[in-house]
Amino acid sequence: MDIVQYIIDQIPFWTDILLPALVDGLWVTLQLVALTAPFGFLLGFLIAVCRVYGPKPLQALAKLYVIFFRGCPLLVLLFLLYFGLPSIGIVLGSYLSALFGFILCNSAYNSEYLRGGLQSIKGGQMLAARSLGMTKIQAILHVVIPQAFRRALPGVSNEFIYLIKYSSLAYVVTVIEMTGAAKIIATKYFAYFEAFAAVGIFYLILVSFATIALGKLEKKLAIPGVSGSKQE
Amino acid sequence: MIDISALTNSAGYLLEGVLVTLLLVALSLFIGFVCGIVLTMGQVYGPKVIKKLVGVYVWFFRGLPNIVLLFLFYFALFPFMGLDVPAFFVAVTVLGMRSAAYQSQIFRGAIESIASGQMLAARSLGMTKWQAIRSIILPQTLRLSLPGWSNEYPVLLTDSSVAYVIGVAELLTRTAQVISRTGEPMLLYMSCAIMFILLNYGGMMLIQFIEKKTHIPGLGPEGGEA
Repeated sequence: MDIVQYIIDQIPFWTDILLPALVDGLWVTLQLVALTAPFGFLLGFLIAVCRVYGPKPLQALAKLYVIFFRGCPLLVLLFLLYFGLPSIGIVLGSYLSALFGFILCNSAYNSEYLRGGLQSIKGGQMLAARSLGMTKIQAILHVVIPQAFRRALPGVSNEFIYLIKYSSLAYVVTVIEMTGAAKIIATKYFAYFEAFAAVGIFYLILVSFATIALGKLEKKLAIPGVSGSKQE
Repeated sequence: MIDISALTNSAGYLLEGVLVTLLLVALSLFIGFVCGIVLTMGQVYGPKVIKKLVGVYVWFFRGLPNIVLLFLFYFALFPFMGLDVPAFFVAVTVLGMRSAAYQSQIFRGAIESIASGQMLAARSLGMTKWQAIRSIILPQTLRLSLPGWSNEYPVLLTDSSVAYVIGVAELLTRTAQVISRTGEPMLLYMSCAIMFILLNYGGMMLIQFIEKKTHIPGLGPEGGEA
């Protein structure tokens, strides 16, 4: 009966302290993810276009961007933005540092998937589109991109899942998102096990939900019979 | 304006951090490799229960952020079990187990790409299932999974910096320590970033070299040759 009594004693801690704190943190996590994803995608797309269609110097610059932001651990990047930039007079604050860090990192990875997608469309299609009288821009917009996006989608959605997980690093630059909230409760009430188990469950739900939703999206956007629409 | 001596004076201390980082990555890669193969065998050839269990394992370790796993093991699981494990080994355990989850999926993909007829052919030649796995399936699987597997190194390298949060004295932790003593955050974090980038691409070049060395000419996965 001891264990039952123990669980009953625990209930107020969960309902009044732990879960409200985690839900507050969840909103911040979701905000960070929701703000990063579109900008990371757009910037990544821009960089991919620069790398595939840009003039030589721009290509080199885009490549350098990718090398730097993919090679540099996100945590180091966050420290650079949060602690490093103020020393040269740019103060972003914790939330913006985290957000910019995520966008830079996310865009670098996305650009690689999108570049792969763009390059996988055979050159003949471009020639065919041009010979039908399309301009280069039109050909890219109407012929290459719709196919390239579909091919890049598995990678990009994978990156989205990663984004949910690495948003937890914002805690290190003092943004109180889910992990930060859990850490605070854990230290304050000496409830490490409960707090981290609970936040773990939150993340598992979030990630599983996103995986299923993105899988549905991929299926919905796939064109039957078009090569590359069905990824293994 | 920028005081380079902050970097040069602490170069030795920081380079030791590089060694700790590399050791962390190497040990995690190794644990991930061994456990990953075991998990794959369980998932592909094991009975239903084992398949389910491996599925749950992979789901768990791929679904949780690194930082949460580190906290969970360092502050909760190990102390709960009454173990006093140093931060470094907690980091190795977490990164290794997490990598095992990812690596098992790489190996599984490779095994599934090897025609199942090979297993039947080996069995019909009188090999046991284990013999067939060891001498027919695994040598091909490992070669086929090298390209996917080579991605594990940069992932682990960048993830290893997260061990900072439990105080493992790797490169990032040491950089932060030096900064709290001497200042110059921009210079030192930038050097730290560049060091990671060098390790990242240096290691990748080494892996590509191994890939070329172990490649068997004319042998590729069906349609998998990029």
